Amino acid sequence: MTSLRVFFVGGRMTYRALFYWLTPQIYIPSLLVAPIFQILLFAYIGRSAGLESDEFYVVGNALQYSAIPCLFAMTQMIGGERYQNTLSAILVSPARRIPLFFGRAVPVVANGAFVSAFSLAAGTAILGVEIPLSSVPPLALVIVVAAFSCTGLGLINAAVSLRVRENAVLTNVIFGFLLIFTGANVPLSELPGWMSAISEGLPFTHAIKAARRLTDGASLGSVAGLVGTEVLIGLCYAAAGYALLRFMEVQSRRHASLERS
Amino acid sequence: MKRILRLLYRGWLFHLKSLTLSGFFIIVSVISPVIFASIAYLMFRAGARPGSLLFVAIGAGMMGIWSATLFGSGGAIQWQRWQGTLEYCIAAPPAFIWVILPLTMATATIGLYSLTSTLVWGWLFFDVPFELAHPAWFIIALPAAVLALGLLGLVLASTFVLYRNANALSNLLEYPVWLVTGLLTGLALLPGWTRPISWVLAPTWGVKALREAALGGDPAFPVAMSLALGIAYLVIGHYCLLYFEKLARERATLAIA
Repeated sequence: MTSLRVFFVGGRMTYRALFYWLTPQIYIPSLLVAPIFQILLFAYIGRSAGLESDEFYVVGNALQYSAIPCLFAMTQMIGGERYQNTLSAILVSPARRIPLFFGRAVPVVANGAFVSAFSLAAGTAILGVEIPLSSVPPLALVIVVAAFSCTGLGLINAAVSLRVRENAVLTNVIFGFLLIFTGANVPLSELPGWMSAISEGLPFTHAIKAARRLTDGASLGSVAGLVGTEVLIGLCYAAAGYALLRFMEVQSRRHASLERS
Repeated sequence: MKRILRLLYRGWLFHLKSLTLSGFFIIVSVISPVIFASIAYLMFRAGARPGSLLFVAIGAGMMGIWSATLFGSGGAIQWQRWQGTLEYCIAAPPAFIWVILPLTMATATIGLYSLTSTLVWGWLFFDVPFELAHPAWFIIALPAAVLALGLLGLVLASTFVLYRNANALSNLLEYPVWLVTGLLTGLALLPGWTRPISWVLAPTWGVKALREAALGGDPAFPVAMSLALGIAYLVIGHYCLLYFEKLARERATLAIA
């Protein structure tokens, strides 16, 4: 029961406490308007290059943009505690670590999925892309799965933030790599072999592929394999992130580096 | 006059060194443009209309110059405020504009790393040839573009300070300006109503001048437009700074973030 409270209530409270500064004046330009322009930018580059349809860029970029809230927020959820001088108090508490860390991921996934869904809706409306009504519920599922998968990577990034000082720089680099490697803008078949091989193990790749097929009218059953792979990738990243967090926690205790910024 | 020039040069050099040490500015001016350039190279290479990869490299470089100016200049005054140096900058004998201008010019200059990195990256990994149609004009167009963006930075610095969340405003303006100024796309593809917006933005003329110097064409007009816009930005920035200073003194809000 206590673990459930730590998971749900603790996660929600932490999100509210650490993102007290995320007012509508910051949220709207950074997380709602910016992704629309990312979609437009790549759609117009695509038109210039004569590569793919607008639908390709709307779906790819709408899903990929959730990397911004998922990576940055997950990092802030752990690293932010250190800057607030509350990390040591949390880590000496007897709370079990799995609900403690994973509870924080729930609002992050929800926010990431909302940003993606909004971008997809706005992008389709602006560029006149049509999505069959029957594809909307499975698309919603794929969006949540993509946000979950990226939050797993965010957990690794959060653990690294306990060691790396300028983590925002690292997060921006990861965002850029995801933009290239996941096929959000360049078809995977057009990437060099080594790049498409790496993309198979990254968040978003399979979700974007699944979302594009759903937009073309495919059924959820026909993309179940892609969705399952995306979930599996997310679980692998989450497990690796958790292990790394525990390792960093032990190291921080051993070297008394917990509060060092 | 000599003192002002010395102040501008020393201030520019100081801020250039200081910004070079910032990981954030290095990513904004080097890594990010290289990432966008790589995507664009791959897209144009795979597309039905391949186009010139040097066109892409120059556009991606200009994207970095704009980002560095936007994030550096947009938060310039707020930054001085957080550092606790704004009062000293205002109270110093030279006019405030001569103190803040070297900073905005330095942020635009940092963007030169972008152009260098996208050209070198393209040459190394995507076989982008670096053969200039008018090398002399390229040497003239480059400082003209940086100067115009640095002066646009002065306008950003003096207006963004009135908005509490300048960083969010910077996030908001990065992509739209990349798009509307045609840095990676042809301007002809954009809706007609975006054209007048692009005309008053320095990156439009800066990138046009560089492209015409590199790929062939007449760079004289875009260079002249860059310089003319720069003068207009200087006048606007001057009055905006006066207004900011007046407000801050009247309301005693100089040090209040």
